[in-house]
Amino acid sequence: MRVLFKTSYNDDIRLFPDRWTLAVYAALLALAVLLPVLLDEFYIGEVTNVLIWAIAGLGLMLLTGQTGQVSLGHAAFLAIGCYTNTILIEAGLPFIVAFPLAGVITGVVGAIIAIPALRLHGIYLAIATIALSILADDIIVLLDPWTGGVSGKFPAVITIFGLEIERWTMPVRFYYLVLVVTMICTLFYRNLLRAPLGRAFAAVRDSEISATAMGVHIARTKVKAFGLSCMITGWAGALMGYYAGAFNNETFSLVISITLLMMIVIGGLGSIHGAFFGAVVVAFLPQVLSIAKGAMIGGSVAIPGLETGVFGLILILFILFEPMGLYGRWLKIRTWFELFPFARKDMFRRQKSYLKTERLR
Amino acid sequence: MEVLQLLVSGLANGCVYGLIALGFVLIYKATEAVNFAQGDFMMLGAFVTLGLTNAEHMDLPFWVAAPLAILVMAALGYLLDFFVLRRLFGQSQTAVVILTIALGFVIRFVAGVIWGHEPQTLESPLSIGDINIGGVVLGMADVAVIVVTVLLTLFLFQFFQRTKLGLAMQAASQNQMAAYYMGIPVKRVQGLIWGLSGATAAIAGILFASKGAIDPNAGLLGIKAFAAAVIGGFGSLPGALVGGLIVGVIEPFASRYFAAGYSQIAPYVLLLLVLVFRPNGLFSQVRVKKV
Repeated sequence: MRVLFKTSYNDDIRLFPDRWTLAVYAALLALAVLLPVLLDEFYIGEVTNVLIWAIAGLGLMLLTGQTGQVSLGHAAFLAIGCYTNTILIEAGLPFIVAFPLAGVITGVVGAIIAIPALRLHGIYLAIATIALSILADDIIVLLDPWTGGVSGKFPAVITIFGLEIERWTMPVRFYYLVLVVTMICTLFYRNLLRAPLGRAFAAVRDSEISATAMGVHIARTKVKAFGLSCMITGWAGALMGYYAGAFNNETFSLVISITLLMMIVIGGLGSIHGAFFGAVVVAFLPQVLSIAKGAMIGGSVAIPGLETGVFGLILILFILFEPMGLYGRWLKIRTWFELFPFARKDMFRRQKSYLKTERLR
Repeated sequence: MEVLQLLVSGLANGCVYGLIALGFVLIYKATEAVNFAQGDFMMLGAFVTLGLTNAEHMDLPFWVAAPLAILVMAALGYLLDFFVLRRLFGQSQTAVVILTIALGFVIRFVAGVIWGHEPQTLESPLSIGDINIGGVVLGMADVAVIVVTVLLTLFLFQFFQRTKLGLAMQAASQNQMAAYYMGIPVKRVQGLIWGLSGATAAIAGILFASKGAIDPNAGLLGIKAFAAAVIGGFGSLPGALVGGLIVGVIEPFASRYFAAGYSQIAPYVLLLLVLVFRPNGLFSQVRVKKV
């Protein structure tokens, strides 16, 4: 069992609390870099998919897990990132400029949308963002000259200093690109949590009233959360466009928004690990299901709604029995081993809480 | 005359939205949560009735099947609360939102497996033809929808304002702990409201199925009903009906007078406008908490 002995305030916010943690993450990074040597190209593609979903998950996690604002409209921001990136490259900007810019533009759009939305809370915000997600589909069709409308668009070619990257012909290069973006986003997220802004996010999530009392400007904090969340989501959207190879108004539908939200809940709200765990579930569930279906009733029979149905069922079970998601379960298992044999059953028992209305009349 | 025709057909559609919105409001009023699966409840109610009535299934007379379906859905709503939602008691709205979205997916999947994905029509005695009032053609089903919706809204409104149980439900939502102190069995009261909203969903489903074909994706109508509930202010029953009527009337007018492409987004634009300018609906019940 490790004992952390803190001798300065900086120990509380160090990136890695001790050498052991640093070694674990260094090993993980080494594994990620060496992965193309170990796996063949098909599986590299699958891992790339997981990473892209994880980036999108990080984006939503910042908003939902960290700041406590439920968004069911993040597919719209995926779409904005994807289309902006493609349009900017087609306009002649190099990828290395267009890609970050696409995220920033998405973030700015998100922040602007958030200004009216931040007056809403809880369910109203969820409903407003649903409407946003539905509108995105129609708006893409209406903006036909730029977006290609129903017939869609192909993502522009990636060239970084003369090095060409293409998802289908050179998946390994694309994998490394996605890996770099994932690392940047993860480090950004992790550092944000250590900064005053990240603390303000958590304060807004836990209680708006006490956050106000502590001097946090609720509205401004929410706009920032929205903007940063949309920025990361925009990058994920651009990468998703490359991964899909073609996209139109229906690629980023409401179902994607909902999947994204379910993903971070299954992974574990409020943790970086959760975004990655959830992404693994989302990316591999269709494959697992089709294998299971093939084994039971023959692969050729199509059951519409099976994936979302099973996904929904898994989610219900998680909310009922493990509200902290896969990451929460992992924490429990780890604590059990760390404290063996002193772990008790009710160590993670939730406090009993009662709900009060926001309506006063 | 054309305007009148559009208005009348809009009103009938609006009543269906209003009925689903009533379900949202019922649950919101009594539990502070929103049932995102209410549209799918309606779809399920329609399919249960269809399963009981249609010749190829159970072949019961409609007037036996309809009350039976309402009972089945009420029981389902109660059991759902008893086995699933009660475990989330006292937790934030977010958990319930996500849970009910997932529930909607599961219901859609189950309905698809049982009844298939082809659109089906209910053999309803309500869909017997049209009546012509001074040039305005109106389906009998539309008339039934409007009448039943107005009656149901009045009934539920009176129920919440006048009866002991209705007041207990409001109290249970406003402050759970205080409600306990007043001797209200909060959990049982919440179970009852889920049953009531299940019954409302069944009525909405029967009426919707009488107006046209249904398939497992009919529940997505619930999103338009959100617009209705939000426009009406989430905690108000008459507001839900008014919101439903507004959305229902706007739709045919938008598709008549706006260009294609712009018309189907009208309800959502309206929803966003209301949220921006009157964030708590036209019948607001929220005041900002001061620190």
